[in-house]
Amino acid sequence: MSSPQSQMPQAAPTWQAAPGTSFPSGYTSPIPVVRTHLGNAIASEWTKIKSVRSTMWTLGVFVLLVIGIGTLTGVVVAESDPALDGESPLGLGFFGLLLGSMCIITLGVLTTASEYGTGMIRTTMVACPSRGRVLAAKGVVFFLVAFVVTLVSACLVAFLHVAMLEGDGAKSPTGGEWLKGTVGIAAYVALLGLLSLAVGSIIRHSAGAITIMIGAVLAPLVIALFMFSESLQGVRDALFEYSIPNQLSVFYSNSLSQSGPSGWDPLWIMLGATAVAFAAAFALLEKRDV
Amino acid sequence: MSRSSVAGMIELEGLTKRYGEKVAVNNLSFTVRPGIVTGFLGPNGAGKSTTMRMILGLDHPTAGDVRIDGKHYHQLKDPLTYIGALLEAKAWHGGRSAYNHLLCLAQSNGIPRRRVGEVLETVGLTAVAKKKTKGFSMGMGQRLGIAAALLGDPRILMFDEPVNGLDPEGIHWIRTLMKSLAAQGRTVFVSSHLMSEMALTAEHLVVIGQGRLLADTSMADFIARNSRSYVRVRSPHRERLLDVLHQAGVVAVESGEGVLEVDGGKAEHVGELAAQHGLTLHELSPQQASLEEAFMRLTAESVEYHAHSGTSAAPPPPQQQQWGDGWKRG
Repeated sequence: MSSPQSQMPQAAPTWQAAPGTSFPSGYTSPIPVVRTHLGNAIASEWTKIKSVRSTMWTLGVFVLLVIGIGTLTGVVVAESDPALDGESPLGLGFFGLLLGSMCIITLGVLTTASEYGTGMIRTTMVACPSRGRVLAAKGVVFFLVAFVVTLVSACLVAFLHVAMLEGDGAKSPTGGEWLKGTVGIAAYVALLGLLSLAVGSIIRHSAGAITIMIGAVLAPLVIALFMFSESLQGVRDALFEYSIPNQLSVFYSNSLSQSGPSGWDPLWIMLGATAVAFAAAFALLEKRDV
Repeated sequence: MSRSSVAGMIELEGLTKRYGEKVAVNNLSFTVRPGIVTGFLGPNGAGKSTTMRMILGLDHPTAGDVRIDGKHYHQLKDPLTYIGALLEAKAWHGGRSAYNHLLCLAQSNGIPRRRVGEVLETVGLTAVAKKKTKGFSMGMGQRLGIAAALLGDPRILMFDEPVNGLDPEGIHWIRTLMKSLAAQGRTVFVSSHLMSEMALTAEHLVVIGQGRLLADTSMADFIARNSRSYVRVRSPHRERLLDVLHQAGVVAVESGEGVLEVDGGKAEHVGELAAQHGLTLHELSPQQASLEEAFMRLTAESVEYHAHSGTSAAPPPPQQQQWGDGWKRG
């Protein structure tokens, strides 16, 4: 509040000539009006996911882990003397996919949570105010990408193992085993990623959501390890059997235990968990301010 | 064409937003009309960004209503062709190129791909279209944000503090752009905490403080009402000059150090009177109180964080708001 020396009004003559009371009839754009739908949001999310380097990194490392570890296991097993005692060679893909699933989890979380870190989420929601549509589009695009990449990697490793160990006493896998070891495992890993995507949307923080998801994969096994007490036997077995690594192994019919989930059970369990997480993510997305 | 059918209106009715105890926006009602630049003025923390977020459907109002052309934001099927908004600076993924950023926005609204190239040309970013936005300067970031706002060629444009952090050339560019957009018949709604900036661009003014509406007026009215003009006179014959002015029916007041202030008077008139009576003048200057002062007077009670000039009071916490802070609530 100093002396009145800044003579502002002198510098403001231009707009005074504009009409003050009668308003022009507004602007009409030559761009056609479109009733947008989920397809528009999916196209948008597809552009987003393929135009950032983190997608290439996470998927690149995933393929590297699955193929690399798969090849190494194949070589080691082929060298050892009584190679596979009548076992299906497909089971060897387990190790690569277990580690690789961390990449899928990361990409799933980043698909939603990273937008909160950058502020992009507000740009996204302004462009598409139907928040459910945004989440659905993200889910569809991510699931397809994750499923295709996992399927291709799992198939490659499966063919590799079968070829390497053919004459080594391994039994040749049945059609059902092929289906579970490729399509089944790819669907399971992609769903695990989709669960991470929903968790990312709920937590809205990349590092936090990734930590939670990796904890969900590892914690049950670690906790079970420390349950020595006889009275906790039941809990320990359940933690073992329903842990994500053990569910993964069910697809290769080499579960760590005899009871617990079998056949295609893990897929339905993961589908249920993902559905619940998505319901929560949808509800919170509608309720919260962006 | 009747007023109600005019496209490009933003209507707020009793809009209120509470965060727990704190009322960020308090019963705000006003209308933003097409064809002019409407300035949205208020001190830092007055609720400007929160209001804009509610207009865009990002925040849910606690009470009240805001409509765009009579519709709620979430009812718009291709919102970018209705309303383009510049939010905070760099609200995008730094690893994505400018082109891809705009492309994904265009796709979500079914806007033809060629528009991406067009708006990049408009804001002068064609040369860096394929570059990652991470390396963009503040000015380039603002230009990309404006490109996104223009993408759907919308009837309504909304800019939140668009000139913050820009160099003079960038500021001039944005001012010219806003005026030309309004001249095309579009609705331009721009927020600022600087009265001087608004005086140069806005034709209508909405002033808020602590979330409450303080003024909704044309800029011309605001200036006429709030900027006091007077003539400052200094003379060694102060007493005699006062008598002369009094006889001529001119009201003058002393403001210390031998200075007289003649309210609403003309400098010529005062000078002629002095000459007729042979009085020496050391100073005779027309003055106008700045709009900035008028704005500060208006919002004085509602400023959230005062900087105390006295030595007695402890300095307030450093609540200085950075550009875009309002958008980045944790």
